[in-house]
Amino acid sequence: MNSRIVHIATNTFREAVRDRVLYNLIAFALLLSGAAVLVGQISIEIEKLVVINLGLTAVSLFGIVIAIFIGIGLVSKEIEKRTLYTVLSRPVRRWEFIVGKFFGLAGTLVVNTFFMAIGVFAALLYVSHHLVKSDALILVALYFIILEFVIICSLALLFSSFSSPLLSAVFAFSLFVIGSFAEDLRGFAAMAHGFTRWVATGAAYLVPNFSALNVVSSIAHGEPVTAALILHNTLYALFYAAMALSGAVLIFEHRNLK
Amino acid sequence: MSAIEILGLEKVYKVGFWTKRPKRALSPLHLAVEEGEIFGFLGPNGAGKTTTLKLLMGLVFPSAGSARILGREWTDPEVKAQIGFLPEQPYFYDHLTAHELLNYYAQLSAVPAKERSRRVQATLQRVGLPDVQGVQLRKFSKGMLQRVGIAQAILHEPKLVFFDEPMSGLDPIGRREVRNLMEQLKQEGKTVFFSTHILSDAEALCDRVAIIHKGELRGVGAVEELTSSVQGKVEVIWQGTQIPASLKALGAECHVTGDTVRAIIDERQQDAVIDALRRERLRLVALTPLRTSLEAYFVEKLRRAETTAGSTV
Amino acid sequence: MKQRRKISIIAAACLVVSLAASALVLHQIDQLRPQATRQEVLYLNSPTVLKRLSLGYNGLLADIYWTRAVQYFGFRHHNHADSYNLLAPLLEIAAHLDPHLVVAYHFGASFLAPAPPNGAGQPAEAIRLMEYGIQNNPTEWRLYYDLGFVYYMNLKDYPKAADAFARGAKVPDAHPFLRLLAAQMAEHAGEFETARMMWRATYENNRDELIRENAVEHLRALRVDEDVTHLQQAVTRFGERTGRLPTSMGELTAAEGLPPVPADPDGHPYRMTGEGRIELRVPDDFPFATRGLPPGYTPQPKFHSNSQ
Repeated sequence: MNSRIVHIATNTFREAVRDRVLYNLIAFALLLSGAAVLVGQISIEIEKLVVINLGLTAVSLFGIVIAIFIGIGLVSKEIEKRTLYTVLSRPVRRWEFIVGKFFGLAGTLVVNTFFMAIGVFAALLYVSHHLVKSDALILVALYFIILEFVIICSLALLFSSFSSPLLSAVFAFSLFVIGSFAEDLRGFAAMAHGFTRWVATGAAYLVPNFSALNVVSSIAHGEPVTAALILHNTLYALFYAAMALSGAVLIFEHRNLK
Repeated sequence: MSAIEILGLEKVYKVGFWTKRPKRALSPLHLAVEEGEIFGFLGPNGAGKTTTLKLLMGLVFPSAGSARILGREWTDPEVKAQIGFLPEQPYFYDHLTAHELLNYYAQLSAVPAKERSRRVQATLQRVGLPDVQGVQLRKFSKGMLQRVGIAQAILHEPKLVFFDEPMSGLDPIGRREVRNLMEQLKQEGKTVFFSTHILSDAEALCDRVAIIHKGELRGVGAVEELTSSVQGKVEVIWQGTQIPASLKALGAECHVTGDTVRAIIDERQQDAVIDALRRERLRLVALTPLRTSLEAYFVEKLRRAETTAGSTV
Repeated sequence: MKQRRKISIIAAACLVVSLAASALVLHQIDQLRPQATRQEVLYLNSPTVLKRLSLGYNGLLADIYWTRAVQYFGFRHHNHADSYNLLAPLLEIAAHLDPHLVVAYHFGASFLAPAPPNGAGQPAEAIRLMEYGIQNNPTEWRLYYDLGFVYYMNLKDYPKAADAFARGAKVPDAHPFLRLLAAQMAEHAGEFETARMMWRATYENNRDELIRENAVEHLRALRVDEDVTHLQQAVTRFGERTGRLPTSMGELTAAEGLPPVPADPDGHPYRMTGEGRIELRVPDDFPFATRGLPPGYTPQPKFHSNSQ
């Protein structure tokens, strides 16, 4: 059982890496980091700030786009193009397929982030010529970005398990946008009354909480991140992904593959 | 033990957006396929062949009924280790090479690691793709993809193979190769279940066939029996353009083509005709029992279904 | 089939458990970083930049900043804060993104000007915000009211207050009481009745919970101030007549013809100290009262129940 998941994950990784879309997006993100260097030179004294802000935002945004593009491709496109049939005609359980795909995609994104992060650090070295201890915070921000990816991957899989590629992409991206304002949604829910309050609160807890994972602006200013927050965010991402994946497995188990 | 026992598998789809109307893709099907035979599953497009295969593969869930494959419940995952499946118009991961793809499938089918590359290479050879190292699948032609599809179905030496339209996309040479392959599989003791709408292939290959139309089984039987000379007609060809009067008296249909005459006579008149020809000193060229072709049987079955059947649901 | 059911049950259970767990963890995270989105304002507080970044969705972003302003104030107020530095920027951003977001101006009128802990203590900012609002919504009479309100309540600048009310009274469809208020400013500015009119108007013209609660507290405090003033005047009159202090509240009320047990709006009777001072029994119930308090005592601000 486990080896099948590993094989599916590895194969997913290989297929994702060979897909040239990935390279274009990485190149773009690297380009953006370079642009950050240029922009930083225009506004003196805040070069470092701009590099970190722009660079990390680029890593995050492009990673999300990659996660959605490839994540959608995983199940939706596989069903549409029927590559799935030959896989499921083998002793592979449907849930193993979903879990394997998830790990493959998450792995792809981690590697991806690694390369993009190199770009950011390179740009940072260029503007400030040496790294200080507070720059380690960038690693925390990157770790949180990876947690964001884990959540988005699980959501992409969830939508792929029942929806067409286009709709899945739309849903996943929408949830990313809404999730970035999750804290505001909760604030709105607290101010509302009656039925609206119930609906808003429910939505506010179901929507992925990306606002807590976005520490880019604060670490750009050198503000520390508490260990408690790191732990909680990790737990949150894991539970949320587990939730989305359980949903994906549940749906996929019962789906007729026409 | 039957290789496949289909016990009343049925599939009704609910079609429509607001009001779901039932659409019957497969009426309760009862069918058995014996081990070691090549079984043809025939029918026009949209008859329910692919639905049946998908039901057996567990890709689609039945509305009713069950099946046993190689003695086990068809939903048993362990069954999958012993079967191979070639879907219609297969499509594979664009960016992998054939070797990587087959290796992946071999992993999933639990082929031991040491065996894998040897098996992959051997299978590729067997399906006629010896030299595709390093070429990504997106560069393969339709025919090559079909061969890869066949390869993945037989790679792990399954006891039972399911092919959905295995000849599609292949040129005549390719089709002959696949026919040979299927014969080989039979000789190796494997069972082959394949669906097609090309009757000549079925006629050439199959031990038994089933005909399905609009989700219903119309006929099952050995090809021999189905195409045996039910009508009892014989074709006689002789040199010359003369038609003996006695033959005309027998009421035979005679056609003159070039310098030979062709007549269709009743089986029982066979001896009388031969005598007549000898008396007239006409040279007999050929005497052949007329077999109903599978095609004729097929068309007739379908036509009968149209006239007896009322609604199509 | 059995396999499928088993997997489905496990998946469903996993779904429910992880949903609950994620909600719990999320709740914890909220405790850990209660003001985070509000802090962002420190880094990104230029309305023009935000306007461009919002890609045209100004209204939505304005609403978001408005929500943040309310949450910010409510949370800090609940936790006994003594500064609200981010309130002005948050409200200003909201107003700049959507100049017609009238409720932002109302909120600023109630909470930007008063001194901490009841407000940000920035009356000048409040005035500026009101004027900005009036500039962009010249026919919204309530904004002139808000402007006058700030001048009256926090700056005690009665002429300017009168001026604001008068401007507002000229707006078509303005509430007639604006004209009345303008007139009141001239002669009766310092009177209880005027203040009562204003707070009642604020209460009636707003739907925001915090603003209304604030108005209610002020009305209660006014009642107390008024009561204590009258009672204290009665003590003085008693003293002038009898040459001594009354021995008890009962004696005072009997002698001065007042209702027998004068009580505060909560029903607690006022007390009289040995030195003849009228005092509240529970001063902390009336955070805005200026009279009836023990000497040198400032009541603790009362914190609203439904803020985070």
